[in-house]
Amino acid sequence: MTELTTLTIAQALEGLKKKDFTSKELTQAHIGAMEKARPLNAFIVETPELALKQAEESDKRRASGSEGALEGIPLGIKDLFCTEGVQTTAASHILEGFIPQYESTVTKKLFADGAVMLGKTNLDEFAMGSSNTTSYYGNVISPWKRKGQPNVQLVPGGSSGGSAAAVSAGLVMGATGTDTGGSIRQPASFCGISGIKPTYGRCSRWGIVAFASSLDQAGTFARTVKDNAILLRSMSGHDPKDSTSAKKEVPDFTKALTGDIKGKTIGIPKEYRIDGMPGEIEKLWQQGIDWIHSAGAKTTEVSLPHTKYALATYYVIAPAEASSNLARYDGVRYGIRVPSENLREMYEQTRAEGFGDEVKRRIMIGTYVLSAGYYDAYYIKAQKVRRLIVQDFMNAYEKCDALLTPTAPSASFAIGENQDDPIKMYLNDVFTVPASLAGLPGMSVPAGLDADGLPLGLQIIGRPWDEEMVFRVAGVIESLAQFTHRPA
Amino acid sequence: MSLDKATVKKVAALARLAMEDEELTRMAPQVSGIITWIEQLAEVNTDSVEPLSSVVDIPLPLRKDEINDGNCAEKILANAPEATQGYFVVPKIVE
Repeated sequence: MTELTTLTIAQALEGLKKKDFTSKELTQAHIGAMEKARPLNAFIVETPELALKQAEESDKRRASGSEGALEGIPLGIKDLFCTEGVQTTAASHILEGFIPQYESTVTKKLFADGAVMLGKTNLDEFAMGSSNTTSYYGNVISPWKRKGQPNVQLVPGGSSGGSAAAVSAGLVMGATGTDTGGSIRQPASFCGISGIKPTYGRCSRWGIVAFASSLDQAGTFARTVKDNAILLRSMSGHDPKDSTSAKKEVPDFTKALTGDIKGKTIGIPKEYRIDGMPGEIEKLWQQGIDWIHSAGAKTTEVSLPHTKYALATYYVIAPAEASSNLARYDGVRYGIRVPSENLREMYEQTRAEGFGDEVKRRIMIGTYVLSAGYYDAYYIKAQKVRRLIVQDFMNAYEKCDALLTPTAPSASFAIGENQDDPIKMYLNDVFTVPASLAGLPGMSVPAGLDADGLPLGLQIIGRPWDEEMVFRVAGVIESLAQFTHRPA
Repeated sequence: MSLDKATVKKVAALARLAMEDEELTRMAPQVSGIITWIEQLAEVNTDSVEPLSSVVDIPLPLRKDEINDGNCAEKILANAPEATQGYFVVPKIVE
């Protein structure tokens, strides 16, 4: 029954409806794939018993004629979403053994629509990283290999690397992710799948382990644009438990996939042509522009003049918010504790033991930029530049309906590369961070392979709350790119 | 501005991160390098620009000040490293 793991969500929903197979069969096929793919380390916790129970209940609901929008579809859940009764770690040692007593709003909505959870996917610790090499529970290995280098292990991207690897390898039909600076779009690009970060406020953040609250946003991974549209609709919507979640109607995003962008104008931001951009990325971007033209839309050059400051702005704001959010891990209420006779020492030892290097670096950066005497020079300054970055986008959208850019400045790299210098790793997110700072919806679609046979993605960035235009353009690129490559 | 080891040590203490000398020696240049890198923001003219703390274009909602949750002490304590009689346990802080 291995062919069940190659279906799209849309196809599987059709097959379930026609009784070609049951959710239990579909789930069992994916459990089999998940077990075989353990060397990828895509999961921190597998939940096959729960999955089968949910699948059986789903089959009963379907038999009684009351099926939800995701009835019986097996998914991976990033281990940043609190799941009632199932360990949630944020890939950190400090939360090892934490069993949430409540369900995050996003997973609650997915389950209410009939989704089945196969397990909690691996990620960078507290979602801080771009290669999934900072997890306490080990690196995630990409299912992709460079041509002629079967022994070189590549990164799946990060921070949602486990979700992206699992979707790409056919272990799950779709997965949740979170994106603070590119954590959905960059791994989607590296793994040859689609992924969307919606507008900030589209999905509730309640029950998601917080990293940087003004930037964190849940989103989806799947092998097709349409599958992302199905998943995102299910996850979205206002939640009184999150004061930043918007009271906006959630459209049926699949209806936006008209295949028609005639007469639309797509902006090409000139500042994204960065120095030293690999020729292959430049070529792929031009290919994307040609596809837009062939679909009957126009492209126009736009300027986002503060782009070059986006990464530095992000690396003030995100660590500042993180240092505040992560203050709660003190060994008192949850997670690990290093015992001591002295309270302060208990805090310090617990946090020293519980956090990894990247998390400690960011906590210290955040503590420094928020400290007395430096607050205005760093934090307030970054918030001002953030406003300029938002204004750049709004000015651009006066001339266009969406933007087209590469998703990442490179294809996937080998584990261990880019590790010597933290800033080198940060540069991975150069094309995704600006949209995060502006809270805009962004989607990565696989568009081609590089000379090594590795996937490269194109990014579509939309106006606030206009995921529909993002899906519409992404759908056109998907159908013209005809990207059918799968990892070996 | 580069940060010396003593400054980074002070920041680690403010962040309640115990740090041995060896770790400090490794971390200090990294933290200092990142701070120096973000100082490029100083060259942006932000005169008369208001700081932006949230991109959400909706006013923060208010609700009635009514109890709508609670009576779940057991759940709250379920993950505590140490709890007793409905309380979290911490090392003694008052002599």
